[in-house]
Amino acid sequence: MADEAKIFGVCGEFDDVTAAVRAARAVREAGYTRFDVYSPFPIHGIDSAMGIRPTILPWIVLACGLTGCLTGLGLAIYTMAPPPEFTIPSPWGPIPGYPLLISGKPLLSLPAFIPIVFELTILFSAFGAVFGMLLLNRLPMLYRPLFRQGGFKRVTQDRIVIAIEAIDPQFDEMEVTAFLSAQGAADVQTVDK
Amino acid sequence: MTTLDLQYDTPANPGNLTDDPRQRAPLVTGDNDFTSVTNKVARLAEKWPDLWWWVAFFIALNLFGLLQVLIGYLVLTGVGVWGNNQPVSWGFPIINFVFWVGIGHAGTLISAILYLFRQNWRTGINRFAEAMTIFAVMCAGMFPGIHVGRPWLAYWLFPIPNQMDAWPQFRSPLLWDVFAVGTYATVSLLFWYVGMVPDLATLRDRATNRLSQIAYGILSLGWCGSSRHWHRFERAYLILAALATPLVLSVHSVVSFDFAVAQLPGWHSTIFPPYFVAGAIYGGFAMVITLAVPARKLFGLEEIITERHIDNACRVMLGTGMIVFYAYSTEFFIAWYSGEHYERFVFLNRATGPYAWAFWTMIFCNLIGPQVLWFRQARHHWLGVMFAAMCVNVGMWFERFVIVITSLHRDFLPSSWAMFHPTWVDLGMLAGSFGLFFTFFLLFCKFLPVIAMAEVKTVMPQAHAHSGEHGEALPGEDAADYRPDPHWVERR
Repeated sequence: MADEAKIFGVCGEFDDVTAAVRAARAVREAGYTRFDVYSPFPIHGIDSAMGIRPTILPWIVLACGLTGCLTGLGLAIYTMAPPPEFTIPSPWGPIPGYPLLISGKPLLSLPAFIPIVFELTILFSAFGAVFGMLLLNRLPMLYRPLFRQGGFKRVTQDRIVIAIEAIDPQFDEMEVTAFLSAQGAADVQTVDK
Repeated sequence: MTTLDLQYDTPANPGNLTDDPRQRAPLVTGDNDFTSVTNKVARLAEKWPDLWWWVAFFIALNLFGLLQVLIGYLVLTGVGVWGNNQPVSWGFPIINFVFWVGIGHAGTLISAILYLFRQNWRTGINRFAEAMTIFAVMCAGMFPGIHVGRPWLAYWLFPIPNQMDAWPQFRSPLLWDVFAVGTYATVSLLFWYVGMVPDLATLRDRATNRLSQIAYGILSLGWCGSSRHWHRFERAYLILAALATPLVLSVHSVVSFDFAVAQLPGWHSTIFPPYFVAGAIYGGFAMVITLAVPARKLFGLEEIITERHIDNACRVMLGTGMIVFYAYSTEFFIAWYSGEHYERFVFLNRATGPYAWAFWTMIFCNLIGPQVLWFRQARHHWLGVMFAAMCVNVGMWFERFVIVITSLHRDFLPSSWAMFHPTWVDLGMLAGSFGLFFTFFLLFCKFLPVIAMAEVKTVMPQAHAHSGEHGEALPGEDAADYRPDPHWVERR
């Protein structure tokens, strides 16, 4: 048996969605926790088969959206109707507001600020959704041990790969290889780090 | 063997134009699996482009060059090179701005609103419709930038602390525009790029030369197709769709505020936001069709962008066209019903004044020409579809022409009435903006995945796991699968 410290894990290929979902469920039920199913598209029903818990991403987006909303409100109110006796300090000196009295309209005209507040809410939320997703997925990560595995190139096209990683407490190279083969995986291989 | 009159597809190629409610039409026709879909789409980015591509690119690049020269001429000389005058101070730049930003709307409608409505047919066309959005918004953003007169001071539009201690006016619709269009461009770009990451990874894994391996490798961020990643990816995509939906409605509403908040007769109208949004989607779908009909033929993608996609897009055009028709009628009715002298005059002047030719061009192109789409024969022939789409492309440009020019050229005071005459620079910049659009669009077609491969795969029957004991389908499971009913195929 090879030195387990140098192994990333063991992976097996599937070309049928039903078999892959079935195998993923079996892997989880066998008690493995550090495994993943790699597929060219999101597989319907894989979340429950693998036991993936809902992501916290929506909460990140909510926080970003509220930040955007407050930023918009703060920006518009501070610059258009600056509070008396208060300026924002900066290394280049205080940044004053710029009240403009136009046609005797009130300085604090909230309805006119709504478009700005709305757009900034959306903008910040979108940043939260995209960069939050990348952060949670730990992307970008240009190198992965699996990329060296020749068959893995088909994962972005038409193959599904299940990999059980060596850091799984239950991991044993022989056992995992046999287990994946028993689930119907073709081309079961050990991937080095 | 029953024969149904509904069927128009040839027996050799069972298409998906059925209206038979007993089964769902397949979204991908022909004998395709994951491999063949990948090959068909990725091949376009891998092979040397065809001759037509080079010819189109050459023309587009020349027009783009013309635009750059004209912008240089404008910046060095001043806005006097345009036909803009007093009272018509907005002229072509604002017409083109509204025209292009409107075109962008269809892309977001397809990618966001149809996604929320679970209209799975969108997967075939959403990628290039989103690309169309990005490039249209680029064209749109350029025009106000050069219209400000001193483009080197365009940064005054943004709230940046400065040595003058001045801030932009947050109560002005023109500043709302900066925020709306800026947000729209940013969010559309993110949406487009994020959706493209898995497909870029496909190109990365297929790439054979070092340069494309590195380029696609960096662009795809190391995407590996992990199901744990897909889970967050899908959630992020859903959230982006939910954010982009109110955004797209707000953008053209804000564009319409540029007009509606002014007191000018013909502009000062509460119907403008919904009217502009409907018009934007109308014009945008026309551009989607203009691009999709040749693209599916030239790229050999007829089985992924099917006739049903075109048919659906035509129906969306018919629907939004009706809303536009309703808006035109309401404007005229309200002008008469208000009893307001100036308002009545402006609308009478539109239909009978010196710009009546533009008004009636708009009426013909937007309201009469596209009505051919009521006929199935027209919707299912490229000639009928392209005729309607071209009508709308022209008509929507003239709509903005009519709104901008006719309201400005004769306002309250007859002594300041004037005519607007576009100069060669105006016309050159309009043509040049198409050059900018098509240059980027053709580059996109060459280098990036034109079809959202990963998404298309999810709507193929093979993508669905069967939950029966031995991997067979449970009763009813296939109903949602877009699988052609064997009886239905047999019948032909």
